[in-house]
Amino acid sequence: MATTLMVNGQTRQVDTDPAKPLLWVLREDLGLLGTKFGCGMSLCGACTVMVDGQAVRSCTAPVSSAAGKQITTIEQIVTTPVGKKISEAWSELDVPQCGYCQAGQIMSATALLNKTPQPSDAQIDQAMTGNICRCATYLRIRAAIKQAAGLKEGASA
Amino acid sequence: MNALTLNRRALLKASIIGGAVLSFDARFAFAATPGDKVVVIDAYVRINPDNSFIIGAKNPEIGQGVKTMLPMIIAEELDVDWTQVTAETTIADDKVYGFQIAGGSFTTPMNYMPMRQVGAAARQMFLQAAAAKWGVGIETLTTSAGVVTHGPSKRTATYASLAQGAAKVQAPDLKTVALKDPKSFKIIGKSKHGVDNAAIISGKPLFGIDVVKPGLLYAAIEACPAYGGTLVSFDEEAVKKQPGVIAVMAINSAYDIKGAKDAVVIVAESWWVANRARSVLKPVWSTDAQKQFSTAAFAASAAATMDAAPAGPILQKGDLAKAMDGAAKTVTAKYEYPFLSHATLEPQNCTAEFKDGQIIFWAPTQHPGDGRKVVAEALGIAPEAITIHMTRIGGGFGRRLSNDYMVQVAQIARALPGRPIKMIWTRTDDLRHDFYRAGGWHHFTASIDAKGSLVALKDHFVTVGKGGKPSTGAAMGATEFPAQLVDHVDFGQTVLESNVPTGYLRAPTSNAMAFVFQSFLDEVALAGGLDLPELLRRTLGEGRVITSEGGSPDGSKPEFNTGRARAVIDKVCQMAGWKGRSGGDAGDGVRKGRGFGFFYSHRGYFAEIVDLTVAKNGRVKVDKVWVAGDVGSQIINPINALHQAQGSVIDGIGQALSGQKIEFVEGAANRTNFHDYPLPRIIDTPDDIVVEWVISDNPPTGLGEPALPPVIPAVANAIFAATGKRLRALPVVAKDLAV
Repeated sequence: MATTLMVNGQTRQVDTDPAKPLLWVLREDLGLLGTKFGCGMSLCGACTVMVDGQAVRSCTAPVSSAAGKQITTIEQIVTTPVGKKISEAWSELDVPQCGYCQAGQIMSATALLNKTPQPSDAQIDQAMTGNICRCATYLRIRAAIKQAAGLKEGASA
Repeated sequence: MNALTLNRRALLKASIIGGAVLSFDARFAFAATPGDKVVVIDAYVRINPDNSFIIGAKNPEIGQGVKTMLPMIIAEELDVDWTQVTAETTIADDKVYGFQIAGGSFTTPMNYMPMRQVGAAARQMFLQAAAAKWGVGIETLTTSAGVVTHGPSKRTATYASLAQGAAKVQAPDLKTVALKDPKSFKIIGKSKHGVDNAAIISGKPLFGIDVVKPGLLYAAIEACPAYGGTLVSFDEEAVKKQPGVIAVMAINSAYDIKGAKDAVVIVAESWWVANRARSVLKPVWSTDAQKQFSTAAFAASAAATMDAAPAGPILQKGDLAKAMDGAAKTVTAKYEYPFLSHATLEPQNCTAEFKDGQIIFWAPTQHPGDGRKVVAEALGIAPEAITIHMTRIGGGFGRRLSNDYMVQVAQIARALPGRPIKMIWTRTDDLRHDFYRAGGWHHFTASIDAKGSLVALKDHFVTVGKGGKPSTGAAMGATEFPAQLVDHVDFGQTVLESNVPTGYLRAPTSNAMAFVFQSFLDEVALAGGLDLPELLRRTLGEGRVITSEGGSPDGSKPEFNTGRARAVIDKVCQMAGWKGRSGGDAGDGVRKGRGFGFFYSHRGYFAEIVDLTVAKNGRVKVDKVWVAGDVGSQIINPINALHQAQGSVIDGIGQALSGQKIEFVEGAANRTNFHDYPLPRIIDTPDDIVVEWVISDNPPTGLGEPALPPVIPAVANAIFAATGKRLRALPVVAKDLAV
């Protein structure tokens, strides 16, 4: 069945089962491999993408649920103002280790600052706790979000 | 002393590849141990016409940072600017590169000097080429940023412009080539960010799971839940009727191929389609012989065994009975820890194509050499018929030292020749088909003299294995700290018969031994009126070197230096302002405590102090951790060293507090996903983890592992300090600490 998706500013047609999760449509049908498979149950956040500005776990979201909505993935998040700040902070603080979870981390962090531009420490932990980093880069994730938000390390709104 | 720097003879040859691109093929050979066959290793430097450099990292990148660090070392001695360097992971070929592994924290100790020598030899050849070109003495030349300068005449030449000449130069002996004085290092010792950061942050395909090839097919796999079980039947017709399914096949793996199990594979043009078709597969397995194996049965056997005499000895020295009779006090306790899964965030996966008797892999493997061996064995083909491209890896932690997924995908690819096959496991597959960190049980007795010093130590260690032999990663060594430093020791073991495949988990054995020994020693210290750092200082005594057990692929033996151990203990106590045991009630049911742990593993010395809070409901939150480490004379990439240590600490906190525990029922692992096998999250992360290095005059050693073990007993000891409850089993259960 044909589904129309708006991905990273482009209109894309996919002919696939409407139950297929958005994650696998992005990876298999659209060749957008930056969004990662970690758990398949919305438990780790590796597959997080932005759908109409909201962070969505694409591993459990049927593609039909995203039809006609604006989808932004890691490949283009840098083109959004907040995504750019987050990506820059991630780079400046050398956040990644293995890097596998980082697309999801960046999407969740971008969604947080979109909604809460000056988050408190507790708000950062709350917003990011759905994203597992097996290398445990969490100290830098906190610091990078603060830097992107223009908050000084050790201070919070 | 680093044995790697010995026994090496070297030759370096340069060859022209593709006109202006010069390949320095730095071949150096060394006997891994005297008398062994000679292994040839290469490290490569390729020079582009614009005087930029492509430098190879020969070991797999799993997040430990070797793709950045190995090229840094070469670039330093080559004397190029880091901005001129592009790093790449080389192909897997042990005939060219020797031992290629992401494991054992081996990369640094095995490659620090060899990679320096390769860089220095290449630089030497450019100098010789410039000297010949200008007719000047080589001693009048200097280098910087890939440019040779003749000071007196102010002539300069880029390495690229000298490449043709350098290719004709006799290569220097790597053993004698001049190396830089570390004081003049410009790259080594300076923080360099991960070379793949930009690609990661922009979502470029880097990982094994991202491999795409023309004509790619996807495979999902349903493996026998119990290791050693066999396939009886499955509903082939039902699977074939599923839309999009291309093939369904049983892969009939021999039990003796490492990690292979009977399994059924479904192949489709979409992984999601292939995996969905598992719902109609209805596999029937024969697992009668495996049903006896369960964690409940192991625990019951251990409980019944621990008070009896061990089945066999590990170490017996002195006169334990006499020493215990004459002691001022004797302490006894039983400890245990669970089976653990690696739970890499990138699930196991692998891509391979079989064609004309050859097989090509794109493999996220930590140990490609082993992969080649087991695939050759499984397919009955020559090792030379196997090509392995190493992808970036979404976490290793030792899981990918076992190459079961390579054996599996090899069989699928052979059945469908000419089509690349990407096999992906689900999270449940991954948790249920691991090579687990073995669970274990310890029954300790220790005696102290009137001053509180340790005089005798006994441990009955109960582990799992086969035929009385501990399985992989499930053994305890005769040099387990502090056995070598105590006069009267009796370590014995009993091995419970098990079908569970076990393997190496980050800081293998140490992650378990640190918890039991350092927690028990905290009890011993308390009985003698001491704190743990003081008991350890007394036990360590004067600075001296003791040969340790275990070894390296290069045949060298790690040493244990009591002085280095004391130095990190003193350092961390100073950093945290340790003033002895502290902790207790902080009001409203909240308790706070401070704990200490020390451990030596993978040639690294680490002492750590934890401050934590136990809430009224028993939830434990680590507030701050101090880490002092000694990994030798040189921290190669300081920012990554800090990150490795911090990540190791949080990983260890997770083992203690997150609830990680694999259980087996009727021979099969029963965890399914991150809700029942939880990993530490950002909310579990301390506010700060302070790391300082004790720089010592020893060869640099690795950092992927040794910072992990001591934090686990430091947490347990801090919980005791906070609550007065001695937790002797992992993981910590919050309700046991509730008030």
